[in-house]
Amino acid sequence: MFHDIGQIILLFWRTLQSLPLVWRHRRKVFDQLFEIGNASLFMSCVLSLFIGGVLALQTGPLLVERGLGNVLGGMVGLSMCKELGPVMMAVLIAGRIGSAMAAEIGSMTVYQEIDALRTMNINPVHYLVLPRMVAICIALPTLVIFAILIGWLGGAVVAANNHLISVPYQTYFSNLENLVGVGDLANGLLKSFSFAVVIGIVSCHQGLQTIGGPRGIGRSVTKAVVNSIVMILILDYFLTRMMINL
Amino acid sequence: MSATSQNLVRGVRVEVRGLRKSFNGVEVLHGVDLRVEPGEIFVIMGPSGSGKSVLLKHLIGLETPDAGEVLIGGESIETPGVMDRHRMAMVFQSGALLNSLTVGENLGLYLWEHQLKSEPEIAAIVAAKLDLVGLKGMEDRMPNELSGGMKKRASIARALVMEPELILYDEPTSELDPLMAVTIGQEIVNMRKRLHATSIVVSHDRDLAFGIADRIAIMHHGRILCVGSADEIRATANPAIQEFLNATFKPV
Ligand SMILES: Nc1ncnc2c1ncn2[C@@H]1O[C@H](COP(=O)(O)OP(=O)(O)OP(=O)(O)O)[C@@H](O)[C@H]1O
Ligand SMILES: [Mg+2]
Repeated sequence: MFHDIGQIILLFWRTLQSLPLVWRHRRKVFDQLFEIGNASLFMSCVLSLFIGGVLALQTGPLLVERGLGNVLGGMVGLSMCKELGPVMMAVLIAGRIGSAMAAEIGSMTVYQEIDALRTMNINPVHYLVLPRMVAICIALPTLVIFAILIGWLGGAVVAANNHLISVPYQTYFSNLENLVGVGDLANGLLKSFSFAVVIGIVSCHQGLQTIGGPRGIGRSVTKAVVNSIVMILILDYFLTRMMINL
Repeated sequence: MSATSQNLVRGVRVEVRGLRKSFNGVEVLHGVDLRVEPGEIFVIMGPSGSGKSVLLKHLIGLETPDAGEVLIGGESIETPGVMDRHRMAMVFQSGALLNSLTVGENLGLYLWEHQLKSEPEIAAIVAAKLDLVGLKGMEDRMPNELSGGMKKRASIARALVMEPELILYDEPTSELDPLMAVTIGQEIVNMRKRLHATSIVVSHDRDLAFGIADRIAIMHHGRILCVGSADEIRATANPAIQEFLNATFKPV
């Protein structure tokens, strides 16, 4: 396991070193961006609508019972933006995009396509890892912005229409506006950026490590997703811990 | 450095010294020594599983040896930048085309990624090489729409596009019909004429081997049994080699 972590860090370092080449590989970055957006924009919107909704539904009645219905907006707003937006989107993207990256690179490894690249003196890190890393680091924070906005909306709809809550839109959003600052948004975006790095690097590393045939690819995909999610949740704690002091 | 301008390219000398390699504790190469001269066509023959493909992978730096060394033009293959200084290409036994790219993109990949030519120039080169291997006009096909032999030919064309100094063929004719096998054999010879490229060919195809080789090496259980010209190999007394070279169907 420590061996793996070492290799992941090494791969990350190599990717960082290759960043100046990103302009040359811009086409591949756009392709990847398009693929990520295509595969997950709709799904993440639906998902975050429901996350916002369930947040309001769980906390709303309790708050209203104690006469605190007017803080519901801020409550949903903050948890969506600092915690649930970044984490849930990261989990979704790990499942949707991380798995695809591990599978694609894994099958390229198994079927000697990576070897073929190397014989052509094409660095697989530049050719495969860099565009994917850049794309996911742009795409995930962008998706998270969508997710946060739609999550707020989902919470508002439930708050206004559920008979146990009945907090009007006006109250909900004015409280949200009061409580959620730019710093909180930045907090969520920084988290999602870190998660994007984790998903990208773990999935690409797993793909490159694949051995064996189709079974090996399956194993890599599972490992990529599980390891990404575990690392996201652990990292989430420490990032939260760090940013609470700020 | 523009190695593309023809005639300037010279083949490169390849030396292998005491090469050993184990996989999971099983030794596959038991100390291989070889010396291939610049511009030579060197054929390696031997039974299946004798380690020919593994040897080729060492020659182009895809595997690292447990012991011994591979020298390309006098420099160890592990020296950083050797691959930048010497153009090398390999035709994989399985073809190893990139499945996510079209045939044309596969062929042009090297020139494109290293920004050696403009887009129309690349298109022209690709078309010419595809024509050469009998795949005219197939640029826009995906690799999974090709037959096994067509993939192999596309993969040979991909190596030819690189105009390499050293070109390694892993069973280039194994999936081809006899006519196409002759064409490919001819092209291996032409490559040497045009570029003075050093060619190392792994093959079971006796006709190909005796037809194009300057020298032939027989590999057996991870060792080189003997090296020599076609006539010298035919004349060796070693029964294992004779059996291998003269295998034919016996009437039932
Ligand atoms: N990556 C690997 N891991 C474990 N064993 C391997 C690996 N690659 C090759 N081998 C073993 O090395 C031996 C030689 O394999 P190699 O592919 O070089 O044979 P070959 O001479 O090319 O045979 P063929 O003519 O059938 O292609 C085989 O016994 C094979 O099992
Ligand atoms: Mg082989």
